[in-house]
Amino acid sequence: MALTALPILIPFIFIIILILVRSTIWARRIAIFGTILLLLVSVGLFSEVTKRGILTLTMGGWKAPFGITLVIDYLSGLMLIVSAVIALAIALYSTKFIDYPHKSHRFYVFFFSLIMGLNGSFTTGDVFNLYVWFEVMLMSSFVLITLGSKKKQIEGGIKYLALNLIGSMLFLAGLGLLYGKTGTLNMAHLAKILIYDQQSIFMNTSAILFFIAFGIKAAVFPLFFWLPASYHTPNITISSLFAGLLTKVGVYALFRFFTLFFIQDQQFWHTIILVIAGFTMVFGGMAASIYYDTRRILSYHIISQIGYMVMGLGIFSPLALAGGIFFMMHNMIAKTNTFLVAGMMARLKGTFYLKDVGGLFKQDPLVAVLFIIPAFALAGIPPLSGFFAKFVLIKAGIEAEQWVITMVAVLTGMLTLYSMIKIWNEAFLKKAPEIPSEKRLPAKLSLMELLPSILLGLISIAMGLFAPQIFDFTFEAANQLINPINYIEGVLNN
Amino acid sequence: MNSTLLQIASKYVQWLLILVAVIALFRGHNYPGGGFIGGLLAGLAIVYRGFAFSMSEARKQLPLSPEIIIAIGLFFVVASFMPALFTGSPLMKGEWYKLQLGFTELKLGSPFIFDIGVFFTVIGVAISFVFSLNKKE
Repeated sequence: MALTALPILIPFIFIIILILVRSTIWARRIAIFGTILLLLVSVGLFSEVTKRGILTLTMGGWKAPFGITLVIDYLSGLMLIVSAVIALAIALYSTKFIDYPHKSHRFYVFFFSLIMGLNGSFTTGDVFNLYVWFEVMLMSSFVLITLGSKKKQIEGGIKYLALNLIGSMLFLAGLGLLYGKTGTLNMAHLAKILIYDQQSIFMNTSAILFFIAFGIKAAVFPLFFWLPASYHTPNITISSLFAGLLTKVGVYALFRFFTLFFIQDQQFWHTIILVIAGFTMVFGGMAASIYYDTRRILSYHIISQIGYMVMGLGIFSPLALAGGIFFMMHNMIAKTNTFLVAGMMARLKGTFYLKDVGGLFKQDPLVAVLFIIPAFALAGIPPLSGFFAKFVLIKAGIEAEQWVITMVAVLTGMLTLYSMIKIWNEAFLKKAPEIPSEKRLPAKLSLMELLPSILLGLISIAMGLFAPQIFDFTFEAANQLINPINYIEGVLNN
Repeated sequence: MNSTLLQIASKYVQWLLILVAVIALFRGHNYPGGGFIGGLLAGLAIVYRGFAFSMSEARKQLPLSPEIIIAIGLFFVVASFMPALFTGSPLMKGEWYKLQLGFTELKLGSPFIFDIGVFFTVIGVAISFVFSLNKKE
């Protein structure tokens, strides 16, 4: 179906339009329009997937193992919808929080190129094409980090770029090995070859290279260094955008690769994945608890939560995968929202440093409510989305008799709750310290500044209330991952 | 740099380079050449002028700003997807039309439009690199 390419084409067309637009006000309007359009298209494509099964499109009419195929299955469709929601929230948020002299309109060009890379990664069915989309994302995110041209941002940007390029190199090396061994890079074709191949244990050399490459992108322990080094430097809008979207592409790629064709030697891989998941959770949670800069706390939190998603992959039962996918969706929404609220707090107080802020609950109770929703969702308090995500993952862990990782997951919940309560106490409850401020700070925020966070908060609540319905979708996604026959047939025989 | 020889030469070499660039673009589909190489050559023509006189001189000679050239290039790229949509074939499928020109025939196709897009994008990117490297704070 030709419409399968729309999630890539729409951002591309908006890039062209936004290069030509010089006025910041119009750039903002166009960006909001573009993200709404993207959301509608994503929802439409997903409903097509639920009706007709996997959607495929062979680019240029070159049949499947030879050309590039775009594939949208349940997992891709869900990811497209969630990332479009986040894109919309960020586009709304940027109208108030992106403020570079003379070049605010530039932000939107690279915003859309990031979205294009992201949607490309979610829809492609070809390993090399995935590499290209990763590079598109890497370049546009590098530009976004350094857009403010401050010294700290350049430093963070260089660290980000250097460490991620190492990941890209390993990706390319693994890809070369894989092509040398199998002679194909089409994911479905790879799966078809490897499922019946008795010698596929030799795939481990490629698999480990891919695992490290995606591990760097997903920021799992011990490959996460680039994330805390760079995420606190750019404008908070850009941090929120990255927090919600970037690492999750790495997790998505891990889900795709390690369910579709790196499924030999399961004992070995799932043990490694579970060990890494456990360390990621604990380390991220502990590191978050020692910092006092909101953005740093939240950055380490991203790492901690990646552990849960990877845990779903490591347990590898339909329930665990469904939980992992649900967790990913919930986390993208809630994590972005906490960063948005951190930006609002900084706007009200002029700093991200928790010791210098306080009394926000009295000053603007609405911001406090908006913080509580994603914070409790992340900590897993019912009836918010995070509760169901963690509940299913832990249930899957118990069913699979993976006691250690289940315990770690439960205890990490405490760590998450601890650092959320720390932000709550320091920023909202504590009396404001008497620090004379040079800048005049607003007493309250306008509705337009709050709107994106309200939107995401409502979605977090709705995901909790309609969790059974959403689980129906994620279960279907997990089933498609566990039984890749439909995917393979869908791509190769379309 | 202020060399009279270079300045005089640049006036002719510049057009020669652009001619070569366009030839490279046209033969690109079946022979060595194509949008990327053509774009680099054409970008070089503009940069050459910049070296002989000054970058601001070269900038003035351009009718459009580098960003607009990039946008035009990207527009051609999108446009090259479109013919496939009207014939109902998959996106980006190469569609070819033959034009009878007297004794010879000219083959035109959507991959050529794509090449034109690459051509302009590469020109825009190349010269905007050189211009911003040459910028003094």
